[in-house]
Amino acid sequence: MVALVPPRTSVVTDVGHVWWRETLTIVRDPFSLIFSLVQPLVFLGLFGPLLSGLAGDGALFGGSSLQWFLPGVVVMITMFGTSMTGANLQFEIMTGAFERMLATPLSRASLMIGRALKELTPLVVQALIITLVAIPFGFVLYPLHVVVGLVMLGIFGVGVGALSYALAIAARKTEWIFWAVQQSLLFPLLILSGMMLPLETGPGWMQVVSRFNPLTYIVDAERVLFAGTLGSPTVLWGFAAAVVTAALGLLVGVRSIRKATV
Amino acid sequence: MIHTEALGRTFRVGKETIEAVRGIDLDVAEGELVAFLGPNGAGKSTTLRMLTSLLPPTAGSAHVAGIDVVAQPAEVRRRIGYIGQKDGAGHNYRVWDELVLQGRFYGMSRAAATASGEELLRTLDLEPLRMRKVSSLSGGQKRRLDIALGLIHRPGLLFLDEPSTGMDPQNRANLWEHILRIREERGTTIVLTTHYLDEADQMAERVVIIDHGRIIADDTADALKRKQAGDRLTVVVPTAQADRARGLLATEGSEPAEQPDPDGTALSIRVEAASHAMPGVLERLRAAGVDVIAASARQPTLDDVFLNLTGRSLREGES
Repeated sequence: MVALVPPRTSVVTDVGHVWWRETLTIVRDPFSLIFSLVQPLVFLGLFGPLLSGLAGDGALFGGSSLQWFLPGVVVMITMFGTSMTGANLQFEIMTGAFERMLATPLSRASLMIGRALKELTPLVVQALIITLVAIPFGFVLYPLHVVVGLVMLGIFGVGVGALSYALAIAARKTEWIFWAVQQSLLFPLLILSGMMLPLETGPGWMQVVSRFNPLTYIVDAERVLFAGTLGSPTVLWGFAAAVVTAALGLLVGVRSIRKATV
Repeated sequence: MIHTEALGRTFRVGKETIEAVRGIDLDVAEGELVAFLGPNGAGKSTTLRMLTSLLPPTAGSAHVAGIDVVAQPAEVRRRIGYIGQKDGAGHNYRVWDELVLQGRFYGMSRAAATASGEELLRTLDLEPLRMRKVSSLSGGQKRRLDIALGLIHRPGLLFLDEPSTGMDPQNRANLWEHILRIREERGTTIVLTTHYLDEADQMAERVVIIDHGRIIADDTADALKRKQAGDRLTVVVPTAQADRARGLLATEGSEPAEQPDPDGTALSIRVEAASHAMPGVLERLRAAGVDVIAASARQPTLDDVFLNLTGRSLREGES
């Protein structure tokens, strides 16, 4: 028999296939998406009023607290979603599905990017819904700016997803370590980015530390974008932080896949 | 299809260095069905993982389908199918989705993947399970799906790592029926690992025995048994007559052995074609005044071969 050699595929095609495989879990079971929509609404509905009660709509938030808080919630659901990329992978490492996919010609980077993008897919729907819900309460929507903001989160999310993927591989023999590391990194990063509460009122050391947190630049950029400004250096810094995170994440991720063969 | 030279792999565990595979020289021609047989931890799976590019070798070289596994691992992966020890299908996915996407991973068009998937569902009796979630399948059904995943892109070379471990005999027989049918249809070259003696014996045309990371024998099962173990003829005689019998048997065959038996003493020798030699041996024993109580002729198993080569039984390590 003449063995058929299948045609080469591009990285983009590979990413598409990995993304679609992950997304099929939502398509075949849409209820999971409904639950993931509830969480940001809870934050917006229960945390938002506390913020406005705390400071009043004024100086601290530079206008409406909703306009300030909503982009933070969108960043938060990105972080929650993409930092869990590795959790689904862990299950696939325990069964043989991860190894089976490693034995296919799929590019190594596509395995991570595709999975991270899947975590970002519901984000678009989530962002849309909380934005629509917020409009009657005085939130002003700048559609183009929000789209730019989501693209930035997409790039950043791929980086976080890849790091989460690498963490899952590193912790493949002791599962709880994944959660221990993920949880103990996630909340300090979120708090030290000024996502939930403004850092301006915090102590000086927190403000200094937050400057070394890439998430800070993302949150700042999203706020500027959601407020309707496009041409600001803050937005550029946000993109820089997103690209650096993505590059670092993919580098670490691809290396850990290459080493994952023991 | 496969050519390796002094292929080796060491692992570092803490400060210890473990030599899992040490200098494997192997050639597999197109269309062969080869089984790697050996106890757990012998280096079978490590060898297989190197050949499938999942694990980089630390010594020697390997060419699979004409391609260097170290230099061009992705090119090797395009040309082979691999079915690992554990469930290859993701538990949260549907049977049909996993199958078609697996074809897409290999660059097949949707139409080609669908056609190949349909054919495999029929061949492997998976059709009624098409839209089932993988987690709801039984062990045997999952294994058949794994086979389908490994064959969707119609590879010319298929690797199977312990394909039937943990399956009951009925399911194993069914699985083999499927694998052999596909091989007949497509002429696929198959390399598998197993620690089941009977599986290697019945299914493989060529058995490569691996122990402590080395190939210690490589031939057809029949030739291995003939050369390495040979038939054994055993007679049970009254202990008082054992000396007389022993002397006579020494002239009939080689490698004498004996052990106590409830009825007397069991003496055995290695002979060619034991069941044919038996009547003559019994006649001469009786003529010499030995009252034979019982007699048996036994053809060797691969375990005898392994025992002969290593001094250990494979069955001891069988789980």
